[in-house]
Amino acid sequence: MKDNRVILEGKKFKLAIDRLCHELIENHADFTETCLIGVQPRGVLFADHIYNNLQKILDIKDLLYGKLDVTFYRDDFRTRNTPLAASTTKMDFLVDGKKVILVDDVLYTGRTIRAALDALGHYGRPNKVELLSLVDRRFNRHLPIQSDYIGITVDAVDEAYVRVDWAKKSNGNHKILMYTKE
Amino acid sequence: MQLSTKHLLGIKYITREDIQLILDTATQFKEVINRPIKKVPSLRDVTVANLFFENSTRTRISFELAEKRLSADTVNFSASSSSVKKGETLLDTVNNILSMKVDMVVMRHPAPGAHVFLSHHIDANIINAGDGTHEHPTQALLDAYSMREAVGDLEGKNIAIFGDILHSRVALSNIFCLRKLGANVRVCGPPTLIPRHIESLGVSVSYDVKKTLQWCDVANVLRIQLERQDVKYFPSLREYTQHFGINKHLLDSLKKDIVIMHPGPINRGVELTSDVADSKQSIILQQVENGVAVRMAVLYLLAEQRQV
Repeated sequence: MKDNRVILEGKKFKLAIDRLCHELIENHADFTETCLIGVQPRGVLFADHIYNNLQKILDIKDLLYGKLDVTFYRDDFRTRNTPLAASTTKMDFLVDGKKVILVDDVLYTGRTIRAALDALGHYGRPNKVELLSLVDRRFNRHLPIQSDYIGITVDAVDEAYVRVDWAKKSNGNHKILMYTKE
Repeated sequence: MQLSTKHLLGIKYITREDIQLILDTATQFKEVINRPIKKVPSLRDVTVANLFFENSTRTRISFELAEKRLSADTVNFSASSSSVKKGETLLDTVNNILSMKVDMVVMRHPAPGAHVFLSHHIDANIINAGDGTHEHPTQALLDAYSMREAVGDLEGKNIAIFGDILHSRVALSNIFCLRKLGANVRVCGPPTLIPRHIESLGVSVSYDVKKTLQWCDVANVLRIQLERQDVKYFPSLREYTQHFGINKHLLDSLKKDIVIMHPGPINRGVELTSDVADSKQSIILQQVENGVAVRMAVLYLLAEQRQV
């Protein structure tokens, strides 16, 4: 890694998460018709924080929360040099008639979200799907996909990588890093 | 993670890591086949030929369902209704099918080693769905998957295989697979149906059904393959059942619960009585369900190696 730079951490990171949760509450009120779905693997780490924070603020006992793996729906199967390992999907409910909040950590080309929308269709026909991303990399989108809720917007060149490092403890120092590979 | 091989010719030719990867991927596919829509688009640009030169019900349906649930195109072929009857060679038959742009071949053939021979001559990925008395790798993988589901990690577990070991490709693939996963394996059956020198594969041999049941955590009971027996290996089925059949009374006399498995088709009343085959201890139908998930994993992981 070189040009390693922290974009967001500490208090500002927590503030961003809190703000996103309040934006969700503004639009979804008591979440009766809403479900939260994290995209495996890294989107789930972010979704866990959102879920826990929402519980702290609103104490919603039966907020529907699923984890969706999109490996089998990707359009780069058989074109990648290193194959992706599938993660676990845990969806104990159908999304028919629900408002779905898809959660992923970084929105970049939009291809993961396209795959997630395909996968989601196999659990019913949602009324609405929204996208929540911690990081929105504005440049080099391959598809017409945009976030409805954004933690931070990053303008980075194609060679740069953006990664979210989650601390082991939920109240630890989480960071968003930008770097280029040697 | 990637398989170390381009074909699944037998468990003998793959590594422990390959087996773990297939079983772990199968877990994700089991979730897929229990969804309301049991289909993923991964293999939408792949064509699979199912070539069955020998009869099959379960394996053939299972492979076909696995392929369809991965969105692959499939073509089916059975020797009895094809030009094989007119004297066409195996290689000619397969090359003709492959020239129609087929990517993967699932084949069952009565000749042991037919798949290895074919792998030297064609480019498509080959999956062995049974070759004579040699190997039946996907059955061993689904057995290992079902055992893992029932009793957890197989390292150090005691697994017994009962019945016609001599003619069973399931037994051989099971032995390779279970040994690679670190399980202790014992085979049990009439001395005439246990191959000589089988201990060299790292298994122990017993001729006492009750003692073996007492020893094992899982009993995989095999069918007596009368169609492959050219001479009499035991006096009568009745006598076989009396000495080597597993019944409820025998299981109740053990002071432990063991898991009962059978790759099918069952000869009810011969190797297993109906009350055992249909008991709570039996996971025979789970094996069939898991078969689809495991075959999806094998097809998916092999297809991954065909870069486009």
